[in-house]
Amino acid sequence: MKRILLIASVLFGSLFVTACGDSRMHSHAVYMLVDTSGTYAQEMNKATRIINYLLASLNSGDSLAVAKVETRSFTEKDIIAKVTFDKRPSQATTQKRAFKAKIEEFAKQPLGSAFTDITGGLIQGAEYLNETQAGIKTIVIFSDMQEELGQGTVRDFPIKLDGIRIVALNVTKLRTDNADPRLYLDRLARWEARVRKAGAVEWVMVNDLENNMESILKTR
Amino acid sequence: MSDWHSWLFWPDSVALSVLALGTLAMLFLYAARTPMHGVIHSLCHLVTQSTRFFSRWLFLSAENLRLRNQSVLLAHGQEGAAQIIEREFERVADIIRKDLHEFPALQRKLMEEVTRIEEDYRKSGEIPPPPPEWVNALESVSKLKSGGDIPRKLLEDIHKSIQKIHDKTLSEYRRSYEERHKILKAAQPAWRSVDKLASEMEKKMLTLQGNAKQIDGHITKYEGMRTRDSKTEHALTTSAFVQFFISGLVMVIAMGGAFINYKLIALPMSEMVGASDYITDSLKTSDVAALVIILMEASMGLFLLESLRITQLFPRIASMDDRMRHRLMLASLIFLIILAGIESSLALMRDMLITDKASLMRDLASVAPVVEDGWFTRIPMAGQMIMGFVLPFALAFVAIPLESTVHSLRTVIGVLLVQSMRGLAFVIRFVGVMFKRIAKVLELVYDIPIVIPIMIENWVKALRGNVSDKGQIKSGSTS
Repeated sequence: MKRILLIASVLFGSLFVTACGDSRMHSHAVYMLVDTSGTYAQEMNKATRIINYLLASLNSGDSLAVAKVETRSFTEKDIIAKVTFDKRPSQATTQKRAFKAKIEEFAKQPLGSAFTDITGGLIQGAEYLNETQAGIKTIVIFSDMQEELGQGTVRDFPIKLDGIRIVALNVTKLRTDNADPRLYLDRLARWEARVRKAGAVEWVMVNDLENNMESILKTR
Repeated sequence: MSDWHSWLFWPDSVALSVLALGTLAMLFLYAARTPMHGVIHSLCHLVTQSTRFFSRWLFLSAENLRLRNQSVLLAHGQEGAAQIIEREFERVADIIRKDLHEFPALQRKLMEEVTRIEEDYRKSGEIPPPPPEWVNALESVSKLKSGGDIPRKLLEDIHKSIQKIHDKTLSEYRRSYEERHKILKAAQPAWRSVDKLASEMEKKMLTLQGNAKQIDGHITKYEGMRTRDSKTEHALTTSAFVQFFISGLVMVIAMGGAFINYKLIALPMSEMVGASDYITDSLKTSDVAALVIILMEASMGLFLLESLRITQLFPRIASMDDRMRHRLMLASLIFLIILAGIESSLALMRDMLITDKASLMRDLASVAPVVEDGWFTRIPMAGQMIMGFVLPFALAFVAIPLESTVHSLRTVIGVLLVQSMRGLAFVIRFVGVMFKRIAKVLELVYDIPIVIPIMIENWVKALRGNVSDKGQIKSGSTS
């Protein structure tokens, strides 16, 4: 009987020891940049829907951060909410509820900034994602991708986005784009080239939020 | 292009060069005909002999394996039959100990009853009182011819006396019959008791007789195994196959149960060991933990059935002393109950997690929460909990088909292996025979390109033969 007890305890022990393995390589980290400048401030309900989708799709061990794009976005102050979901699903559900509440609170506040520092947001996002050490890292940009930098803001240098997926969401056309569509296409092409040069593994653009939401997290 | 041109003697005249090459090749092939035929023949002979040797070895190995399988099968069958006979003897011993140990008392009781019945019967068989002696006197008086008052008076007195005596006798007779009836009535329960005892004994003897017949049947089988009877061997093999398929089917059903069990606890296990931990790229720790729990339940069930001596997969447990075995049984049962309890609570947790997640999804989708419909919405939860508690015990019984599978698997694999080896030996032998015949075909194929020199050779031989024949004829005629 002693032997059986020993075997049982070894089995239980091995079970709990193996449970302590590194799990970061299988986790997903998402950093979402929400453009709050100009007309985009009115698109916050759409952004909330995307955040809700991300909350529903991400699992225990995954990380999510939502930050606003402002005049100068390379700061942690712009992060509205961030969380790494607990290993226990019940705790993760509680964290998701709290995250949702934070986002709803933020959405109620008046928004609008004079400039749009997407590059700063990207650098901040990359920093956050690299810290999470997640296996799959995604930066979601909810913006028209029209960067407008304030005076004294320097962003014309090579950035590093190694191993990060970039997903541009709801890239609306500006009035000038309607007049000359080449502006819109050139803008997108320029961004794609820039992020790919920076080491991004993937560039995805999703404009149809009704039917193509899955592309945000789906890796090729 | 230039490659094959280099083979030409005269590159300008290809046909002539090819003809020259062909002629040379033909001459070479003709010159090498005898050694080449030898090579073909030797190679084919080598292949034939090798395949023959290999095929024979396979046949012999198959036969050895069959004999070994037969020994194992018969030994296993003997063991099984011996166990059955032993159990039957135990049953007979039980019957004898329980029922027939009362046999002497029963017999004594029966004899007492019979004696009492006999006595009663004897008592009831008393002869009625004989008619009085004066009946003869009466007859004599009645025969008197002389009339008068004296005989009449005498006869009247006699009549009165007779009437009196008759009444007295009749009443005595009636009383006597009444007494006898009473005796017979009193003997009635004794007859019934005897009848009951006799039927009881008959019943017991019949059971015993049935057991004896069964033992006879098993002994016949056992004898068949001892004498290595082919009929018994065939029956055992068939039985092993049937057992294998039946136990396999039960195992598949048990696997279905285990899968349901796994589904029931995989999600809540993530609450215990973490949902984001992985052992390999695609293997979640929580899934493995759930699987380990299920396997442990099966193991505990196995130990429980082993200690109950229902299965005998571990000789060590079977040979344990009763006290130790009892302890092991208790330990296994306690572990099994604990695991069933854990599983039941995990099933409850699963329901809670799913409900919580569904609620979150509704919140995220901004849908109004579903109103609870009443107690029947709790039925799935209760069902899950009951299943969580019951399934480990159901899974414990998988040890029985597992034992059958393990025991019959050896026979099944052995038979399949023997048949495969025989099949392979036959194919190899067939290939060997083919090579034996193919040697001649290859010789003929070799001779086709050099048919012209062969024809010339035959012609020359024929010519020489004619010349020598003529010479012989000439020499014969001169002599």
